[in-house]
Amino acid sequence: MAKVVLDFEKPIYELEQKIDEMKKLSESIELGDEILKLEKKINELRMSVFNNLSRWQKVQLARHPERPYALDYISLMCEDFIELHGDRHFGDDKAIVGGFAKLGDHSVMLISQQKGRDTKTNIYRNFGMPQPEGYRKALRLMQLAVKFNKPIITLIDTPGAYPGIEAEERGQAEAIAKNIFEMSGFPVPIIVVIIGEGASGGAFGIGVGDRVLMLENTWYSVIAPESCSSILWRSWDYKEQAAEALKLTAPDLLQQKIIDRIIPEPLGGAHRDYKKMGMILKEVLLEEIKNLKKIKPEKLLESRLKKYGNMGEWDTL
Amino acid sequence: MAWFKRSKENISIESQKRDTPEGLWKKCPACGEILHIQTLKENLSVCSKCNYHFRIGSEEYFSFLLDDKSFKEYDAKMISKDFLNFVDTKKYKDRIREAIKSTGLKDAIRYGTATINKIPVSIACMDFEFIGGSIGSVVGEKIARAADLALNKKIPLIIISSSGGARMMEAAYSLMQLAKTSSRLNRLAKAKVPYISILTDPTTGGASASFSMLGDIHIAEPGALIGFAGPRVIKQTIKKELPEGFQKAETVLEKGFIDLVVHRKEIRQTLTRLLNFIK
Ligand SMILES: [Zn+2]
Repeated sequence: MAKVVLDFEKPIYELEQKIDEMKKLSESIELGDEILKLEKKINELRMSVFNNLSRWQKVQLARHPERPYALDYISLMCEDFIELHGDRHFGDDKAIVGGFAKLGDHSVMLISQQKGRDTKTNIYRNFGMPQPEGYRKALRLMQLAVKFNKPIITLIDTPGAYPGIEAEERGQAEAIAKNIFEMSGFPVPIIVVIIGEGASGGAFGIGVGDRVLMLENTWYSVIAPESCSSILWRSWDYKEQAAEALKLTAPDLLQQKIIDRIIPEPLGGAHRDYKKMGMILKEVLLEEIKNLKKIKPEKLLESRLKKYGNMGEWDTL
Repeated sequence: MAWFKRSKENISIESQKRDTPEGLWKKCPACGEILHIQTLKENLSVCSKCNYHFRIGSEEYFSFLLDDKSFKEYDAKMISKDFLNFVDTKKYKDRIREAIKSTGLKDAIRYGTATINKIPVSIACMDFEFIGGSIGSVVGEKIARAADLALNKKIPLIIISSSGGARMMEAAYSLMQLAKTSSRLNRLAKAKVPYISILTDPTTGGASASFSMLGDIHIAEPGALIGFAGPRVIKQTIKKELPEGFQKAETVLEKGFIDLVVHRKEIRQTLTRLLNFIK
């Protein structure tokens, strides 16, 4: 895989390279102390960079092309997974994957948007932008979960629902509306995790749940900062300001009580340590499933209705 | 979010100067006919020559859809709040204040109870004039409450949509209104209380991706733009011209997402007939 290095990752990578070179050299010369010093320096640098990211930098991290995607998490976390295909009406949308998954002792229905890694796979996955048949496949799979009383886990990672002619003609709006409507009434636990980008209705089409979690370096909002910039500032140049104004990071959304929990990522981001990231997420999911399974279905639905009913603020004259 | 581009069209008939000679006439954007304001108003703001439906607001819809003096408004004093301190080229706080001042409305929606040919209903109507009919906390809450009103009184719910979608200045809260409204409509549907959605120009984004597309019956006004993504965004993405009639009510009817396209003059009668079938 070709390394993609973001601007703010650069100094860290440079130091890491230096250490690698020194380690090679140290086979012939003694450089132990130097290496230790440098490693300490890298760690300090990592801390100072990653604890002070701007909102726009977090958006960039959420989009990092080396981040683990849905299928990576599935292979990192699940003992077994059978992917199921098609919406039974039109086709099989490759931008959404889903199927029965074994997570520890639990059988769950796992559904996610899926991005590609390179041009070819991105075209195959339509850059993680679902069409109506993707949302309808997700709905069909969730209905299966309800039928067999299995928890639903959705992983969200999309730059948005696909804005195309055919997508519109096949009812993109209706497909998303229907999912949001139905998800609010499924009598099984639903856990939603933002693993990368959570862009607007395209994300929310599989995003209604009892517990909504966000990985540390992800974003979630009603619009992408670039599009927000183009509409409100009438220019593409204000994406950084838009990201700030939208308050779209995990800590922002936790504070707004829109999400329930932040899942920490390995230092430097999920892409720096797949194995560790997979382990962290799995542990959190097992804990969440265990807790939700204790709640009776009627109570679950009541809390879900209340949860979304409480979202919003206004004044009275 | 088409409302920025079309700001000229958004000016309501009421807010134009009526005393000046120019204010007495309005040009039809579809056929170019010069229409007398008073005659246009009597024709429910539909062009007498080509049937172009001008955008109108809750005041007008309530006036010709509902029985005289039957409308009882609920929560008329709710206004939007700038809880994120959102600033773009303007402060959201100022946008709210200016919109209230220029439209005489409190937000992009009003709701309450009324009767239509003596049939009691819970009715909500959006106002595109108010920040593009965008969906913020007030719009979401009022739709949810209109649904609850229908549920508690066991009367049909009618929502008239006119919205460019999200209110960006309420960020993720705006998105969450999709679940707030849809979950209450779900509860309403389970109680078998009818819900009729009326889609007017435009119904896009968050509106069409939630409550507007969740009716038992969907009625659209002729020529209304109905879709998820706006035409400008689609054009930018696919870099092609859009087909004739794309996302227009008549095309959406052909594609199977609308039950009826009904002329503004006939909506009241159509609602009456439908409600008589259902009740
Ligand atoms: Zn005309």
